[in-house]
Amino acid sequence: MVFLRRLRGRLIDLAFVIAGVSVLVFGFIRMIPGDAVAIMLGANAEVTPERIAAVRTRLGLDLPIHEQYVAWLSDVLRGDFGVSIWTGKPVIDEIAAHVWPTLQLTLLALATAVILAIPLGILMARLRGRRGEALVQAGSVVGLTVPPFWLGIIMILTLSAVAPGVQMLGYVPFSQDPLGNLARLILPAIALSLPIMANLARLLRSTLLEAMQQDYIRTARAKGVPARRVLYRHALRNALIPFITSVGIMAGYLLGGAIVIEQVFAIPGLGRLILGAIAERNYPLIQATILLVTCSFVFVNFAVDVVYALIDPRISE
Amino acid sequence: MSAPASPPQAQARSKRRPLLSLYSVALTMIVILVLVALAAPLIAPYDPLGQDILQRLKGPSSAHWLGTDQLGRDVLSRIIYGLRSSLSISASAVFVAFLGGSVLGLLAAYYRGWTERIIMRLMDVLFAFPVMLLAIGVIAVMGPGAVPTAAAIAIVYTPIFARLLRGPALVVAESDFVLSARSIGASDLRIILHHILPNLVSVILVQFSLLLSSAILVEASLSFLGLGTQPPTPSLGMMLSEGRNFLFLAPWAAIFSGVAILIVAFALNLFGDALRDDLDPRLRQS
Repeated sequence: MVFLRRLRGRLIDLAFVIAGVSVLVFGFIRMIPGDAVAIMLGANAEVTPERIAAVRTRLGLDLPIHEQYVAWLSDVLRGDFGVSIWTGKPVIDEIAAHVWPTLQLTLLALATAVILAIPLGILMARLRGRRGEALVQAGSVVGLTVPPFWLGIIMILTLSAVAPGVQMLGYVPFSQDPLGNLARLILPAIALSLPIMANLARLLRSTLLEAMQQDYIRTARAKGVPARRVLYRHALRNALIPFITSVGIMAGYLLGGAIVIEQVFAIPGLGRLILGAIAERNYPLIQATILLVTCSFVFVNFAVDVVYALIDPRISE
Repeated sequence: MSAPASPPQAQARSKRRPLLSLYSVALTMIVILVLVALAAPLIAPYDPLGQDILQRLKGPSSAHWLGTDQLGRDVLSRIIYGLRSSLSISASAVFVAFLGGSVLGLLAAYYRGWTERIIMRLMDVLFAFPVMLLAIGVIAVMGPGAVPTAAAIAIVYTPIFARLLRGPALVVAESDFVLSARSIGASDLRIILHHILPNLVSVILVQFSLLLSSAILVEASLSFLGLGTQPPTPSLGMMLSEGRNFLFLAPWAAIFSGVAILIVAFALNLFGDALRDDLDPRLRQS
């Protein structure tokens, strides 16, 4: 019951957020100062008032604002995100062509961060009260604040000195060359994952330490459960719940970081697409990318929240 | 995104000494960095824009401690000025976010009802966007540059302050001293400014330094992408991106500008982190 009530509350939140995001993203093109269409067409000699009017009609910019929104939204819901100003092709096709490298990079970085953060967090919790604690804390803050794009550059520099000739840049699809694909993505994924790893390890450390002070841990100890088993079976299982929730939030951070690190490793992903779109003022493409990525981010967090409610016995029962 | 480190946990802190020392290390670093940024024109050995083409891409030497870039400009001087612009863009952005967010958060907590619902729903919507993506959207509208960068960061961080202040403000607004202030006829504004806000100073300070640390990284990322501060004004992110083109000839510009970003972000984050651990436990429960 608690679960169902929580689910309903979350669904209402979700509806509000998605509606708000859609309004903001819709308003985006209209917020551009001056005549967006003239800007989009550039200071080109061929720009005639007729051409501007044609583009306006094509974008539906000549209708009242609420009608524009309804028309836009119904197009979007049918999968029509508009056409690229320059190529005239549906922007959704361009996004689809660039989404895989970014998605793969994000997931690989997330996996790296999670896999390494768990032992690191446990280690940090066990160091509590020992001499090196301040150093470990400072070290974890370095991890949090190291700029991934700089780390990527340092990696390229180091590796090309140690092992010249290794192909580190660019992208090949996994289906074409699985090994080459992973070999090219592993460095950016590691660079991208470091801040998340540090963040998750620190979170795990503090939730573990908090869990260790709970009554059930004292009970387990009192009945003679070995220390190791108390840590791994009792404390860790409970400490992982907040850990899982924050993994969803990290996805958004990783995505933003991926956009930047793609530039360092010459990966043709969403980062390159959206930067190109900004340079050539291809607003429909920017608009669709922001809308799609943000909505998937919102849905991921919604899913994480539901999973969280399912695995947390205090809520699911 | 702000690496929003670990959430405030109620940890019995038996040993305070090591944290206090990290705290003083961080504070010392911040003071030095701010002084360097403020005194940039006095301490920079060269004009950050002064080109000396004969001295281009030279390594660190006694004349140019951190070497020179592709136009023969002194890397150290550019880093000092880059620090100045990074800090001023990020600090003004976080300050605007703090002003906007705290007004909204306090209004929501104080008036409750529809005011609260509308404000917090709006904050949820802004919070739903991944930071870099919202920043890119703002820059797509406003065009690249330092001001749009600051505006983008301010918009992205406003909901964080609103949420942060609403919780504790709700608690404080119901507390006895606020009720008694109201009973003697204090105005709403007076209660908010004199009774609620001072109780939240430490929470605000922690969040401010953590967000400033993240803002430095976001600003660096945006100028690395060419969307932030525009040339020839030196910025740390742009130096890193320009240095990348000469990575194998002259790696110092890229290496040292990255180190500078790391040091600033590190000092601010460590400061917020140590301060939070040291906070009054009453404020941890939000």
